[in-house]
Amino acid sequence: MRVRRRATAWSTVLAGVLATVVVVSAGIGPVRIPPVEVAKIVLNAAVVPAGVEVASTGAGPLALPGIDLTYRSPFAFPVDDVHERIVVLVRLPRILLAALVGFALAAAGTVMQGFFRNPMADPSIIGVSSGAAVGAVAFIVFPAALSATLTLPVFGGVDVGLSYGTGVSLFAFVGALIAAFGVYAIATRHGRTPVATLLLAGVAVQTFLGAVISYLQLQAGESLRRIVAWLMGHLSGAAWSEVAVTAVVVPPLFFLLLVYARDLNVLLLGEEEAHGLGINVERTKRVLLAASALITAAGVAFAGIIGFVGLIVPHILRLVVGPDHRVLLPTAAFSGGAFLVAADTVARAGATELPVGIVTAAVGAPFFIYLLMNREVHEL
Amino acid sequence: MSDDDATDAAADPSTEGGGVGADVDTADADVDATNADTDAAGANTADSLIATRELSVSFGDLEVVSGVEMTVDRGEFVGLVGPNGAGKTTILRAITGTVDADAGRVWLDGDRLSGLSAREASRRVASVPQETGLSFDFRVRHVVEMGRTPHLGRFDGHDATDAAAVDDAMAAAGVERFADRSITAVSGGERQRVLLARALAQETPALVLDEPTASLDVNHAVTTMELVRDLVDDGRAAIAAIHDLDMAARYCDRVVVLAGGRVRAAGPPETVLDAAAVGEAFDAEAFVGRNPATNSPAITSFPRSETASRRLHVVGTGPDTASVVARLAAAGHELSLGVVPEGDVAAVAAADAGATVVTVPAFAGVDAAARAAARDLAAAADATVVVGGADPTADSPTPDDSAAVAADVVDAAARVIRVPGDTDGEDLLAAVADPSST
Repeated sequence: MRVRRRATAWSTVLAGVLATVVVVSAGIGPVRIPPVEVAKIVLNAAVVPAGVEVASTGAGPLALPGIDLTYRSPFAFPVDDVHERIVVLVRLPRILLAALVGFALAAAGTVMQGFFRNPMADPSIIGVSSGAAVGAVAFIVFPAALSATLTLPVFGGVDVGLSYGTGVSLFAFVGALIAAFGVYAIATRHGRTPVATLLLAGVAVQTFLGAVISYLQLQAGESLRRIVAWLMGHLSGAAWSEVAVTAVVVPPLFFLLLVYARDLNVLLLGEEEAHGLGINVERTKRVLLAASALITAAGVAFAGIIGFVGLIVPHILRLVVGPDHRVLLPTAAFSGGAFLVAADTVARAGATELPVGIVTAAVGAPFFIYLLMNREVHEL
Repeated sequence: MSDDDATDAAADPSTEGGGVGADVDTADADVDATNADTDAAGANTADSLIATRELSVSFGDLEVVSGVEMTVDRGEFVGLVGPNGAGKTTILRAITGTVDADAGRVWLDGDRLSGLSAREASRRVASVPQETGLSFDFRVRHVVEMGRTPHLGRFDGHDATDAAAVDDAMAAAGVERFADRSITAVSGGERQRVLLARALAQETPALVLDEPTASLDVNHAVTTMELVRDLVDDGRAAIAAIHDLDMAARYCDRVVVLAGGRVRAAGPPETVLDAAAVGEAFDAEAFVGRNPATNSPAITSFPRSETASRRLHVVGTGPDTASVVARLAAAGHELSLGVVPEGDVAAVAAADAGATVVTVPAFAGVDAAARAAARDLAAAADATVVVGGADPTADSPTPDDSAAVAADVVDAAARVIRVPGDTDGEDLLAAVADPSST
């Protein structure tokens, strides 16, 4: 009970920090907008279901009554129309995507560091990021050819009308999952997945995929610039549709991880001891791996490779709140969201916009070195 | 993979078909009763909290545990002893299900381990490992709380029952004092007691302990064993791998002597821990005396000497002579001793070694009969070993005429080997083995 109170208190505080950072960030840019006005705009944009309409959709024997929800906003503060459009259409989707991606990467990083009992673990350790990069880079280099694969008869021959951005994200997501599953399959023998083997398989697969990415870059020609931008991580041009997809995928996976937080604590004792305490070790590892891979894939699919969030944020929070994952996981996730929003704000606030990956690495690496020199990181 | 299948297939019929016991070296009663079918075997083990039958475990091609049969009943503390690599830890891991048996079965409280989920098994048996891999700085209390995991549903928090169990466990293991310290900031011995507390918090009827006292100081080692003993006396069952044979002899109801993955002997410590069994299992020479403080067997072992067994008579008294008797007995020599005062440590040691001892009441002088008996033994021996006493500078605690008696006995001997009181074991054995020495 004590633990739940701590977890709730810390999470509430950090969720508040995240909300504040979001509002402040939305005011920063070429057009300055005061935070109070941003808050009003955000509240105006918030909608709640206002009613339910039952309508018949389609015709014929299979016609079923569809349920349509109507929405309304409970607030209608008077705000500057231009400001409202800047915030709602330009800044907010980008900021919320940053928040969700940072949230996802920090959560996955926390789980991976615990899972591998290794302070150097991060979400990319099981090949998720490399796989995503191969998928995305391949699509950037051969957009037409890869779009065409989706219209093949094996996929039902449906022309999904894949846009360029969606194609990159889709192939990144699929590439991430294929790589993660490949690493898992390589490391699994007779139903057991030793963590040490998984770590080495991850390194091997990352190295191989790195070679593939380098080769694709050589073949890239004019699209090389876009590849480099993707690989460095980017949140520019984020759309509400991307926010929506991430918002649907990330929270359920996060709650699944949270449900397994106590098991993850016990797993830190070592697999034999965890087994002796009644944990179904292999199943727990599969759940943790799958959920971490999916949540990471959802993050990197839209934002590219953003390093250090999943490495640094869990570290800092472990120093602050301790190693209990029931507290650490939610606090790290909210902090990761806040950190990435802040980093992206820095990235876009200057005269020339930087890829956010550069900012996170530039801030994160020195901080990590500071931790190494001042704290006993080897003891986590 | 197909090899594994073949092994399983080969092992099962032999278990069902009554071939059990063929390659079991011990005459333990539990073993003899087991060439029945599975149901009968299950019934045999129903009373035991822990039972293994024909248990074999291999790592790759190396079979580390072969056909081990044992039971641990309620109210029973069983010690597993044996040399390094005898398979003690592996048997314990097979009982907790952390290694899979290649053949044979394990029952926990009447049910096959293989049919129990990890959670069900962890409510029946708790284990205290030698070390924990935990390197994150959890607080000690939190580590003990993890012992409640088997009793918690996925969405449950700790309730008052859990808190009480954790408090009791910490008090019993004596770790309350540092409950709020980080597990990374406690000593090795304290860490081991935290693991014990965690196992106690599990509140299981059976406990499995792997070297529970290995890194404990002498006080905490004894406290820990007393605690386990108390728990067992309250109706739990415990099985522990124990390196310290004296500790096993003192606290265990039964000991199982293992060597090379097989059971060499099993039974109460007084009957099982004899020089021959210990010597064979550990490939060493052992002298089994008695601890005067606890009146339990006290085992002293020596490196293997490879000397031919001889019939030796020993002359001398006191601790120096007791040491010589122990070393010579361990090396397999057939001994006699005398004349010594009753109750002399050398006489006690010689009696423990099964030697013929000629004693006289203390301070009563040596009568003619005793003198003659000692002379006869010396005469019949291949050699007579004179310890210290014959040395005029030695400070002998024996009565005044002892030197004369010793001279008289030595006079009867065919061959005399004189050794200093502080003789080194190796020199002693070399002197005994060398026919030219005097």
